[in-house]
Amino acid sequence: MEEVKPRISVYYAQNASVVTLADEKILDDEDIKALEDSIMPLIDNAVNLVIDFSNVRFLSSAVLGLLIRISKRINENKGRLKLCSISPRIYDIFKITRLDEIFEIYPDVKKAMQTLK
Amino acid sequence: MTSKACTHEKIVSNGAISELRRICAKILCHTQNLEYSDDDLFAIQLAIEEAIVNAVKHGNKQDPARDVIIEYDLTPEKVDIRVTDQGRGFDPDSLEDPRLGDNIYKTDGRGVLLMRSYMDSVEYNELGNSVRMTKFNSKPR
Repeated sequence: MEEVKPRISVYYAQNASVVTLADEKILDDEDIKALEDSIMPLIDNAVNLVIDFSNVRFLSSAVLGLLIRISKRINENKGRLKLCSISPRIYDIFKITRLDEIFEIYPDVKKAMQTLK
Repeated sequence: MTSKACTHEKIVSNGAISELRRICAKILCHTQNLEYSDDDLFAIQLAIEEAIVNAVKHGNKQDPARDVIIEYDLTPEKVDIRVTDQGRGFDPDSLEDPRLGDNIYKTDGRGVLLMRSYMDSVEYNELGNSVRMTKFNSKPR
């Protein structure tokens, strides 16, 4: 497993990269920039991406902006983006902003991976 | 003063987000002592985070010479927080709904929606450079 401390851990399975966000809180511009710099190279080659939120307990709207940038890049490269393991409180943020309607969200990594077969 | 006493404070900060987040943490610590629920604490933290980011980025245009003023009244019944920047203000009613049409694909513009969704009341002053947010304690008393 490749690890980029302390932001993400990455492993490769089937036809996707699985990124686990390591931080409980994602707020600072520097944190978000670091995440972006870590994730964007993973999706430059038409790869599917699963982002695992199981460690995340708090995030702000700035993170939603990052997810949209990632989603656009993946779409450009004909890949697919799946989000998973989002806590109920964080999921409410997606519902309020209606981003639950444009992101594919699954209960866990296994279920997200099944949809990429 | 006991841990459950009401707290009122007005803090003039230099407008650095890191310092404003420390003030936010202090408010949350006081609020936790007043026995608000975890959901309430989450809502208050999110609303303050969005308000201070708006104040620094959009209000003060990240000018380090401009201050951000945070004033709060914390009681067991409700949390009242005012965040004021030294910018020119804006008209909150002119904001586009980030949930509609192509706005949903924009990478920003969701902060005020979240503040309004998570707090019981969100009001701007006439100039639009000061927001007052109120959250009532959801625990039955």
